[in-house]
Amino acid sequence: MSLPQATPLNAFHRAHGGRMVDFAGWDMPVQYRSILEEHKAVRTRCGLFDVSHMGEAEVKGPEALRFLQHLVTNDCSKLFPGRVLYTVMCYPHGGVVDDLLVYMRGENDYLLCINAGNIAKDITWMQEQVKGFNCSVVDRSPDYAQLAVQGPTAAALVQTLTRTNLADLKYYHFTNGEVAGVPCIISRTGYTGEDGVELYCASADGVRLAEAVVAAGGPFGLELTGLGARDSLRLEAGFPLYGHEITELITPITAGLGWVVKFDKGPFIGSDVLKTEKEKGSAKKIVFFKTGDRRIVRAETPVLNAAGEAVGRVVSGTLSPMINEAIGSALVEAAVAKDSLAVDIRGTILKLHLVKPPFVPLKKN
Amino acid sequence: MSTLPADLKYVKSHEWLKMAADGTALVGISDYAQNSLGDITFVQLPKIGTVLRAGETFGVVESVKAASDVYAPVAGIVLEVNKALDANPEKVNQSPYADGWMLKLKLTNPSDAFALLSPEDYGKLTA
Repeated sequence: MSLPQATPLNAFHRAHGGRMVDFAGWDMPVQYRSILEEHKAVRTRCGLFDVSHMGEAEVKGPEALRFLQHLVTNDCSKLFPGRVLYTVMCYPHGGVVDDLLVYMRGENDYLLCINAGNIAKDITWMQEQVKGFNCSVVDRSPDYAQLAVQGPTAAALVQTLTRTNLADLKYYHFTNGEVAGVPCIISRTGYTGEDGVELYCASADGVRLAEAVVAAGGPFGLELTGLGARDSLRLEAGFPLYGHEITELITPITAGLGWVVKFDKGPFIGSDVLKTEKEKGSAKKIVFFKTGDRRIVRAETPVLNAAGEAVGRVVSGTLSPMINEAIGSALVEAAVAKDSLAVDIRGTILKLHLVKPPFVPLKKN
Repeated sequence: MSTLPADLKYVKSHEWLKMAADGTALVGISDYAQNSLGDITFVQLPKIGTVLRAGETFGVVESVKAASDVYAPVAGIVLEVNKALDANPEKVNQSPYADGWMLKLKLTNPSDAFALLSPEDYGKLTA
């Protein structure tokens, strides 16, 4: 048997009443107090997430940039030291290996942040693709703890713990600094649609950093927040989750992530197939919907057309705590009439109202 | 874990029954059940007049995590449902034994209630 892995904060979660579940092979808190309350805290104040299960890979060497340009769909030549880029990496058939953040630390020196459930697969994939390039890919996942402090008061909270001026740190930028005396990568990024930071530190420092954030959090309305709120926040913001909106079988073009696929930079893995899809149009599309009803429309629910025929399936679904109705995303045939879609929830037919996310107004970072 | 109200009867599937002297009873789910489900987002209840057998599904309690069937602890006819749960399903989390009640039943055989679990026996099941 294989037991779930524990992050450096495992005992911290248990001591703070975290309800632990197995997520992608990791023993993680799905909630502490209430998913709905934790979600609202991040939209109105701030929340602390342990995201140490996320993976980190180092790409170093004289051809690191040339390799990354071949590996991922976005244009890494736009990076400079201190800049972060969101991208996906694809298979030759266009399906997605993973979505990731690329941090440029210096010339020939990059750090990639990858999904917890994909670490082994991604490392194997990258080490296969790096053959012939004069650079290396090294899994650094066990070395890092990662904490996300997210919400409108997050930056002000973290500012009380660091001499780094966060006002100078713009969205999708990062710097090295100390937070509560702990050396960190301080990254102005997140997965909630709110302002905030993600802090990467040595595994051994993770608990000390978390306790310092908690100790300073009172005046800022800090709430400990689990993976349940992390999922509803990202869906409300319209961000994809690997295994749902993007998979080995769902391309970035199908998923509406065309903005991270840059054909101008030259060929990359999957570029031919993706270019053809973009030019000829996708057979299927990821759409986002709300229903006006509180019944949650869960993943794998068939999406029906006006005649009641299945024309797709739901890939993510939850209750938006902010608009108090079911929201979700679905993979549907591109040709269907968008105003005719519906789902059958335990005998009740609910119309899907398609919307362009985010589902709630998000603050500009 | 909070203590179980002594005046209620319980079933293994985590519903409770509160008998009144007139042969009617309120039905809801236990504190243990609401806590296991997490934030309750929707409660689907039957129409008034529905005739339920003991152990029959009478509705669905939905949380962020899952949708779960709820079962009639005894046979009876539905006299009333808690309409307040339509707009405020979180009452089941906040007050499972009072404001979060779900059904008012007229029992087919009021004596059926005696066969259900005592607070002590149900408490041992969920310990």
